[in-house]
Amino acid sequence: MKLDTTGMESAAPVWGSHNELVDGFSAAPSFELPNTTDFDGFQKEAIQMVKPAKGTTTLAFIFKEGVMVAADSRASMGGYISSQSVKKIIEINPYMLGTMAGGAADCQFWHRNLGIKCRLHELANKRRISVTGASKLLANILYSYRGMGLSVGTMIAGWDETGPGLYYVDNEGGRLKGMRFSVGSGSPYAYGVLDNGYRYDMSVEEAAELARRAIYHATFRDGASGGVASVYYVGPNGWKKLSGDDVGELHYRYYPVMPSTVEQEMAEVTGA
Amino acid sequence: MARYDRAITVFSPDGHLFQVEYALEAVRKGNAAVGVRGTDIVVLGVEKKSTAKLQDSRSVKKIVNLDNHIALACAGLKADARVLINRARIECQSHRLTVEDPVTVEYITRYIAGLQQKYTQSGGVRPFGLSTLIVGFDPYSGVPSLYQTDPSGTFSAWKANATGRNSNSIREFLEKNYKETSGQETIKLAIRALLEVVESGGKHIEVAVMTKEHGLRQLEEAEIDAIAAEIEAEKEAAEAAKKAPPKEK
Repeated sequence: MKLDTTGMESAAPVWGSHNELVDGFSAAPSFELPNTTDFDGFQKEAIQMVKPAKGTTTLAFIFKEGVMVAADSRASMGGYISSQSVKKIIEINPYMLGTMAGGAADCQFWHRNLGIKCRLHELANKRRISVTGASKLLANILYSYRGMGLSVGTMIAGWDETGPGLYYVDNEGGRLKGMRFSVGSGSPYAYGVLDNGYRYDMSVEEAAELARRAIYHATFRDGASGGVASVYYVGPNGWKKLSGDDVGELHYRYYPVMPSTVEQEMAEVTGA
Repeated sequence: MARYDRAITVFSPDGHLFQVEYALEAVRKGNAAVGVRGTDIVVLGVEKKSTAKLQDSRSVKKIVNLDNHIALACAGLKADARVLINRARIECQSHRLTVEDPVTVEYITRYIAGLQQKYTQSGGVRPFGLSTLIVGFDPYSGVPSLYQTDPSGTFSAWKANATGRNSNSIREFLEKNYKETSGQETIKLAIRALLEVVESGGKHIEVAVMTKEHGLRQLEEAEIDAIAAEIEAEKEAAEAAKKAPPKEK
């Protein structure tokens, strides 16, 4: 499938773009083959290259009051923790958030690109783009780069005319609509806590606490997740950052150190 | 001046694009088309030149659907219309596919107008020889709209408009008699406007009505005849009323 370069085109149209004029349909779809000797193995190689990289925990869920989005902030390169303070929740526009899992550069670039497209849509159509539309734009772009090694596992969360919206979009071009998602190496642990504690009618504080705890538990067990647990809330007036707690501190908040009964006290040896 | 209308990309010294103006001439020779916007309904009416006896009239429908909620009527070169309509229909579906939402009337009008403009600024092609009247309902707000485009690629929204033959007289009539109407009243207004320049009767006009609930509906000949008869009766009553009062004194 032809690469979707609409995000990277300059504003001025190419002079005399005849192919559009001559035919309403584009020519029979053909995709550009990657420049390698082993085409069949190419995709497998590309996937292997990026496999360990989705070391992260992100989650999002819809509840009565809106959408709750949370993520950790650790970046790892194999066993090396390269950063404890990565912003994994990307602000696409004042009423839409995207989460980052997979290749940091890929996620950041394509989310910014999506923000551009959303803004252009607003200007052209005098109305905000829906979460459905925004997630579809991103999914179409990622699909056109399928098999070329992009690593993106993202959730698009927002509030539009139809209410709260949440979509999961990944580098395979898949796009799922849902009420609860968690993405990353720590997601199984987060799902455990999230699915257990989830109720549709929670208050904003209850939902924030659930999100925070789910991220904390994931960072506790998953080595590739850690740092700071950020929690964002998306409501009818847009998103708002609720908290950013260091998971180490969260640990002692949830499991404070109890003074234990001492069996034998060590006494100072007099003299010596 | 003759030297400035060969290649379209060329302006004349006094700022004219002659091919575009010639295209507007073609529109002026096309059959009359009128569109009226009501509060809950939009009506399109087109003059029907008498069909030949052996022609199957069903194959010459002049008011077409672009999508479930958008319809189009045009005046000018019918072959050009077919091409433009096909491109617009594809765009309506393509929009549904990429954004999972139906187009707004304004979006598809902008697309058609953009297409018409492209053909005024490219080498080796001529402009489309038609003006369109596009009607429909906004899929989100349910508000009805009427837009018009022309060969130069400009477009704007209207409460009521006409294009094609004698469009000036129809527009004058509409300017004098337009008021916010709904339902049957809007249909009557559109037919009255068209009958200013067209022979009366269901045989000579084609009328289609679009509502939010039922989409596009073509009126039957009998229906049009009935409404035309109503209009005639009203006209006569108005004439009689004008003459009567002096006698009643």
